[in-house]
Amino acid sequence: MDTTKPTAVALDDATVAFRLAGDRVYTAVEQASLSVEHGEFVAIVGPTGCGKSTLLNVAAGLLKPASGAVRIFDQPLTGLNRDAGYLFQADALFPWKTAIDNVAIGLEIKGAPRAEALERAQGWLTSVGLGAFAGRYPHMLSGGQRKRVGLAQVLIRDPKILLMDEPFGPLDAQTRQIMGNLLLELWNADRKAVLFVTHDLEEAIALADRVVIMSAGPGARIIGDWKVPLPRPRDISEVRMEKEFHALHREIWSVLKDEVMKGYAQSSQAPAEVA
Amino acid sequence: MSRPVLLLCQLMVAVVALALWQLLTSVPIFGRILLPPFFFSNPMDVASQIVDWFVRGTIWKHLLITLWESVLAFTIGSVAGVLVGFWFARQPRVAAIFDPYVKMANALPRVVLAPIFTLWLGLGIWSKVALGVTLVFFIVFFNVYQGVKEVSPTVLANGRMLGMNERQLTRHVYWPSALSWMFSSLHTAVGFAVVGAVVGEYLGSAAGLGYLIQQAEGIFDVAAVFAGMFVLSAFVILIDLLVTFVERRLLVWRPDGAGGHG
Repeated sequence: MDTTKPTAVALDDATVAFRLAGDRVYTAVEQASLSVEHGEFVAIVGPTGCGKSTLLNVAAGLLKPASGAVRIFDQPLTGLNRDAGYLFQADALFPWKTAIDNVAIGLEIKGAPRAEALERAQGWLTSVGLGAFAGRYPHMLSGGQRKRVGLAQVLIRDPKILLMDEPFGPLDAQTRQIMGNLLLELWNADRKAVLFVTHDLEEAIALADRVVIMSAGPGARIIGDWKVPLPRPRDISEVRMEKEFHALHREIWSVLKDEVMKGYAQSSQAPAEVA
Repeated sequence: MSRPVLLLCQLMVAVVALALWQLLTSVPIFGRILLPPFFFSNPMDVASQIVDWFVRGTIWKHLLITLWESVLAFTIGSVAGVLVGFWFARQPRVAAIFDPYVKMANALPRVVLAPIFTLWLGLGIWSKVALGVTLVFFIVFFNVYQGVKEVSPTVLANGRMLGMNERQLTRHVYWPSALSWMFSSLHTAVGFAVVGAVVGEYLGSAAGLGYLIQQAEGIFDVAAVFAGMFVLSAFVILIDLLVTFVERRLLVWRPDGAGGHG
């Protein structure tokens, strides 16, 4: 880790609240402090509905915290986070654009000439393994392929920070591993700061340098922070066999388990509150 | 059912219906003719009327007029619908102010406007175009409005995170979404453009398919009335095929090729 560079993302006692019907206030995240150093891959894990995505949206500037501060490279964040690329959980590609146009758009809106944008988009499609699918529309691609296009769409802009909201959540287990390895491979090239949200602890440990655990909502807090001592480069499927992996998994799970049960109980009691 | 069998069955329906029609209008059953030709004509007369129109070429003028009116009504109504729909969807305050009036205008059966349009615009094509426009406009308007309103929030957030400003969001997100909804209401809109033209002609004009049918009714020429209806059906089916073709080209990105919202 390069400590001479400023911290990429710093949340300082960030509290996020939503106004519900009838003037009630739902506090999603309470006093969360979190930092992602330059070049660091941080995974946030927590039970469903705990506000992981909320935290990510705060870092993206899509949500404003009710209190607390957000700093991006030591600058207070106002408006959208222009240094960040965001890979969404749901399908976020433009359905009326072909794969290559979806990737090129990030450059085109910055004013790049179309020919150049298309050429670089083709390059990115090739690096995510979709070189031959440039002319396909999103609905003609599989879920995994759409995620690859999404990854290329975000990375072509070369953001300094990568925010990922359970990006591989809807994919099947094998595709998730392949996508995880692809992500690590691409990340290894220039080591951006990554904030990766997932509910899958194994995925978090396999990918990240640090795993941060959140408690069950409402008023979710950050309750744990572990360094992952596994060497890089890693292979997602092989790293799961390592002894350190199991030891760390057991340690984190002992903390996470209670929160998962709590979160489950809450979400089965009052789905409207948690949603 | 395989395709040839299906086609054969469909053909049989027409053959049986025409045979029954011919039979009941020409052969007495139990001493009387069940469908008097004066009221029901018969397939042979209708067919010879259609052939006669095309052979003598008198029909072309009427077809062209109706086509021209429909095209104008469709174009003007669509452009206005897209612009106003887009404007309202992006300016909720404007939409809220005009909402009751839009509902009121749309609730009005458009036929009652025909005499007024004739009064204002005369017996020529423009009174028919105006009637068609009032029909097409609302279909396109509601679809475009919906299309802009229902842009996926994730796609919108993605556009923002990719660095789009409001103008670029309009061009790359709102506009394609609105147009896709407009195109999916294409069949309905084109259909209503023809309805507007024909009803307008029927209620007062000097040319067009509606005029042709109305004239035939005026002199109790039932064969010509039926002939006019058949030509009109064929006309609408042809236009509909054209629309399907255009739609396939424009909505390739849609999962179902050509979806329907309207």
